[in-house]
Amino acid sequence: MYQYSDFDAAFVASRNSQFRQQVERRIDGSLTEDEFRPLRLMNGLYLQLHAYMLRVAIPYGTLSSTQLRQLAYVAQKWDRGYGHFTTRQNMQFNWPKLSDVPDILDALAKVQLHAIQTSGNTIRNVTADHFAGAAADEIADPRPVAELIRQWSTDHPEFQFLPRKFKIAITGSPNDRAVTKAHDIGLRMVEQNGEPGFEVIVGGGLGRTPMIGKVVRDFLPRADLLPYLEAIVSVWNLLGRRDNKFKSRIKITVHEHGIDDIRARVEERFETLKPAFNGVDQDILAGIEAQFAPPEFRVGPTDLYDAAYANDPVFRSWADTNLAAHRAEGYAIVQVSLKKQGETPGDASTEQMRLLADLAERYGHDELRISHEQNVILPHVHKSDLPAIHAELKAQRLATANIGLISDIIACPGMDYCTLATARSIPIAQEIATRFDELKLEHDIGALKIKISGCINACGHHHVGHIGILGLDRAGVENYQITLGGDHTETAALGDRTGRGFAADEVIPAIERLIHAYLDLRDDRAETFLDAYRRLGADPFKAALYPEKQESRANAA
Amino acid sequence: MPRIYTPKVVTANALIEGDVIYLTANDSWTRDLSSAEILTDEAHAQLRLLEADSRQDEAVGAYLADVKPGKTGPEPTHFREDFRRTGPSNYFHGKQAQR
Repeated sequence: MYQYSDFDAAFVASRNSQFRQQVERRIDGSLTEDEFRPLRLMNGLYLQLHAYMLRVAIPYGTLSSTQLRQLAYVAQKWDRGYGHFTTRQNMQFNWPKLSDVPDILDALAKVQLHAIQTSGNTIRNVTADHFAGAAADEIADPRPVAELIRQWSTDHPEFQFLPRKFKIAITGSPNDRAVTKAHDIGLRMVEQNGEPGFEVIVGGGLGRTPMIGKVVRDFLPRADLLPYLEAIVSVWNLLGRRDNKFKSRIKITVHEHGIDDIRARVEERFETLKPAFNGVDQDILAGIEAQFAPPEFRVGPTDLYDAAYANDPVFRSWADTNLAAHRAEGYAIVQVSLKKQGETPGDASTEQMRLLADLAERYGHDELRISHEQNVILPHVHKSDLPAIHAELKAQRLATANIGLISDIIACPGMDYCTLATARSIPIAQEIATRFDELKLEHDIGALKIKISGCINACGHHHVGHIGILGLDRAGVENYQITLGGDHTETAALGDRTGRGFAADEVIPAIERLIHAYLDLRDDRAETFLDAYRRLGADPFKAALYPEKQESRANAA
Repeated sequence: MPRIYTPKVVTANALIEGDVIYLTANDSWTRDLSSAEILTDEAHAQLRLLEADSRQDEAVGAYLADVKPGKTGPEPTHFREDFRRTGPSNYFHGKQAQR
């Protein structure tokens, strides 16, 4: 993993000390809120519905056990004993006091964590495939490049006052687990004639105007990455709409100008910028790569795993559902679900964080990942250690076997915390998960992504959920709109709106009708909800959602 | 007939804790909506909001929220204000835990 250089450490320390003084000046009245607000946002501090919220960057979703333990310490000492993992691989603390935030940031800096550029109109935390460096299907580990982008984008003088926020995601695998097509820039590592490079996707995004990103360059040689990124951001920085917040993101710029016009401008700018990058970035990248050398994978028998798998049905179910293929022989990627039915998606208590840190240290080469799906990953675990890990996870209610199933729901904080929200998300997620657990249908239903947002800004990725749920305020009542057929992977697609929304107490019955329709309609168990939707189209599913329409049609006939 | 003014309270977030506060008739801040001053006159409400806004070292983001008079004082008319006076629904945290 990357270790801070002296420069990094000094930079973070100086930002923290500046912010400490800014907080002091706010509290003693020398700064008004209007003056203070942009300063706190530059350091990840929001004011939410019930309290301040501090968003801590987890760079490309990678944590060491020491870092996770420190997050647990912050949660215990200054918050309410838990933290919330977000869809951009960050951690949010929901209850810090303004006067404590400088101490929190200093505590985080001790373990090389910060909240810089987790907010505001800057380039945000670069997200990556949560299986990076471990996945069997990977071309290369994308994290060294993500770290290079972090260093380039942090405090970049040209990009501190962008038209709007700017999000970059990167994957090193053809199977896209990083939602690259719904980012301002998505990078996919590819090879051409044996040469490594990137497919560069631009102008994706969710929110009120969802767009699937478009390919601006199908092959960019590796060494050209930073000047090319700089060209894209600088073209948008000049062209992007500053007159209208809702039209300021690059997806609108690409949409309004067309991808060909944007490509021409980017290529022109790139030619100007390229000579300025004289190779220093590649030297830095080589240094970073050395720090991401894979751990020394152990070679050993997997008898313990095989025995547990054969004899313990609970373990087998968990292994079948929560493990993913590792590139090293005898190893597995462990996905720890933070979605126990009825719990808040993405929340981890201090005890859970400490256990996960211990497990990573003892069994997992000291590495953890946070997924955009709000779960925790132990990326490198030898299979012989899995029975022991499973037993310890069970004790902290972390052994739920539901990864990729109906209760593994993405939900934004919604109106339980967020000032922008128009309705709650968390209770809907809790109720759906609890209901299908009661019905014991979860494993029969199979792969299904439900994603819930509590407002049109779509932090809960509802547009790319197989089933998307969007919470709105309809005449002073919470109302939930359903979309179907979304896909967040390399075959990305936006879901289709089904029709009128549902009141809070109608949502769960509606989802139940939808699922029963799918179970009736599917060819066999191998056909997932999304496959069935793609084969059959929306009509049979709409009929299940709105039975009253069918009745009135029948009556009319 | 003049339009009937929906009663209001002045509400904001506390500067240090960030939690929800309401302005009382005696110019103090309360954390309990039922103790807030009900404003039934538009001009008076605007004046109270200006006064609240000037207290930058105590409160952030003051605004007027609709209420209706209830048995124990003002009651929210919108679910957002109901959540603000209660706390989140997934944990017993926030105002509901402080009563």
